[in-house]
Amino acid sequence: MPILRFLIQRLLQAVLVTIAVTLFVAFAIRLTGDPAIMMTAQSSSVTEADLDRIREALGLNQSFIKQYFDFVRNILSGDLGESFFRGSVRDLIALALPSTLLLAVASMVVSIALSIPLGIYAAVHKGGAADQIIRVLSLVGLSFPNFWLGIMLVLMFSITFPILPASGFSSWQSILLPATTIGIILTATNVRLVRTQMLETLSSQYVMVARAKGLSEKTVIYKHALRNAAISIVTFLGLQFGNLIGGLVIIELVFNWPGMGTLSIEAIAQRDYPLLQATVSILAIMIVAVNLAVDLVYGLIDPRIRVA
Amino acid sequence: MSDMNNTSNQTWTHKVMASRYFCFEFIAGSLLTGTLVLVVLLSGVLFPDGGGKVNLVARLTEPFQSAEFFLGTDPLGRDILERIVHGGRVSLVVGLLSALGAVVLGTVIGLFAGYYRGFLDAFIMRFADIQLALPFILLAITVIAIVGPGIDRIIVLMIVSQWVQYARLVRGSVLSLREREFVQAARSYGLSDVKIIFRHILPNALGPLIILLTLNVANNILLESSLTFLGLGADPQTPTWGGMLSEGRSYIQTAWWVTVFPGIAIMLTVLGLNLLGDWLRDELDPLGKTRA
Repeated sequence: MPILRFLIQRLLQAVLVTIAVTLFVAFAIRLTGDPAIMMTAQSSSVTEADLDRIREALGLNQSFIKQYFDFVRNILSGDLGESFFRGSVRDLIALALPSTLLLAVASMVVSIALSIPLGIYAAVHKGGAADQIIRVLSLVGLSFPNFWLGIMLVLMFSITFPILPASGFSSWQSILLPATTIGIILTATNVRLVRTQMLETLSSQYVMVARAKGLSEKTVIYKHALRNAAISIVTFLGLQFGNLIGGLVIIELVFNWPGMGTLSIEAIAQRDYPLLQATVSILAIMIVAVNLAVDLVYGLIDPRIRVA
Repeated sequence: MSDMNNTSNQTWTHKVMASRYFCFEFIAGSLLTGTLVLVVLLSGVLFPDGGGKVNLVARLTEPFQSAEFFLGTDPLGRDILERIVHGGRVSLVVGLLSALGAVVLGTVIGLFAGYYRGFLDAFIMRFADIQLALPFILLAITVIAIVGPGIDRIIVLMIVSQWVQYARLVRGSVLSLREREFVQAARSYGLSDVKIIFRHILPNALGPLIILLTLNVANNILLESSLTFLGLGADPQTPTWGGMLSEGRSYIQTAWWVTVFPGIAIMLTVLGLNLLGDWLRDELDPLGKTRA
């Protein structure tokens, strides 16, 4: 059963990657030194006995391997431990994760709404003025830092023309600026992708047949070419999830968006290692899961992929 | 006579027009990149003070008002143009060193992995999976939390996380090149594997590498500015573009110029490199192997 083998292979691979990443994060964070000392850095009257008690409470007196397995078992059972300063990590993440997912989906929607029409237009009018302009604009879009675009949008729409909220998450309008920022950055890559895929399908033989049948150009482009290009476009969009998460981390900070990125940056600033370990691990696991899902779906739809 | 002149003129202009260098990407790209390199090389001559001179009397001077502070001043009264010029150093050094380190490491590993297959080959593919799951910003956040912020650490991190993209690219080229006649001929001559790899295979795999290198420098300049913006990069004393953006952010309500100009500097720099990369791709990689 080649399908079964493919499924098992990909699942195994995803599990291995997840183990490697979480192991790395756990190991890296243990290298930072003794959290017990970090926690008590502010107070002056700490005895060695106090430190020992803290270490025991945090499980730091156990071996690294034991700590890692505890961490994995806890993640699987939904218990993420206690943050150093802010209570249960699980509660913090339960608040932050939905905001991040909401922002991620909204950014994807913005990007799809921009890149698919623009990419199709550029492909259909290949070499024309519009194609050139779209190409240069997409290069410009790849050339500035995403957080700077965010700040510029705030400058424009919250300060010069105060019509949208600049930060926080208070009403539905709050999502417009951050989602547009990430959406535009993603579009810079996606528009090229859509263009290339469309050019490829437009030059294929079934499109030639569709044209030869005398179908209208509109039907050829949207019914025949776009539908076939869509499979690979969706795959690439899925594989971009890692980039999306990387971008979100900074954009959340710029817009003071109460998500996983802001949480991780705050965790670093406070040296809150349990929180940092949990946020980074969960984001990485999400990326692995999305990549796996895309891989599997694509593999099921298109048998050619399974070989590679 | 005039006729001849005319035709030779025409062929001359035709030659230029038909030349691979006569196109928007190359001209704009090399102008932007050349300007950057020149400005960075001359930064010590243009502004010998080093961009750190505090002048509280002139704090938050508006731009385009005086020749002394053409792009205005920041909240400490430091000249923004001066700091941008000096900030270019860090960007350029980080971009170049990280990409060069990654390309050397990745190429060597990729060459041997593609030639011998086996363990190295499997290692590259697994490492690439892991790298895909941990975006650079997340990796940097984790590691910087441990080792503390700093430009040197960022360069090392970039090399450690990015060599694999070169290794994969080179590995792919080697896989197809090692079966080609000229490599087999070299082998039948009795050349050592190392000589075959570096003299015969590497030169034929260079094109895509150069493209990736250009785009990588551009991308790492962006990453460095992001990390410094987050406070994970250079210390605040050093003028850097990311650092200027981070300082200017709190003044965005009243002093737009503090944030706008460093961002434009980043954009023009990265755009120049991206244009060159695009042009190189058209020239060296017509089949699009280096496309994402």
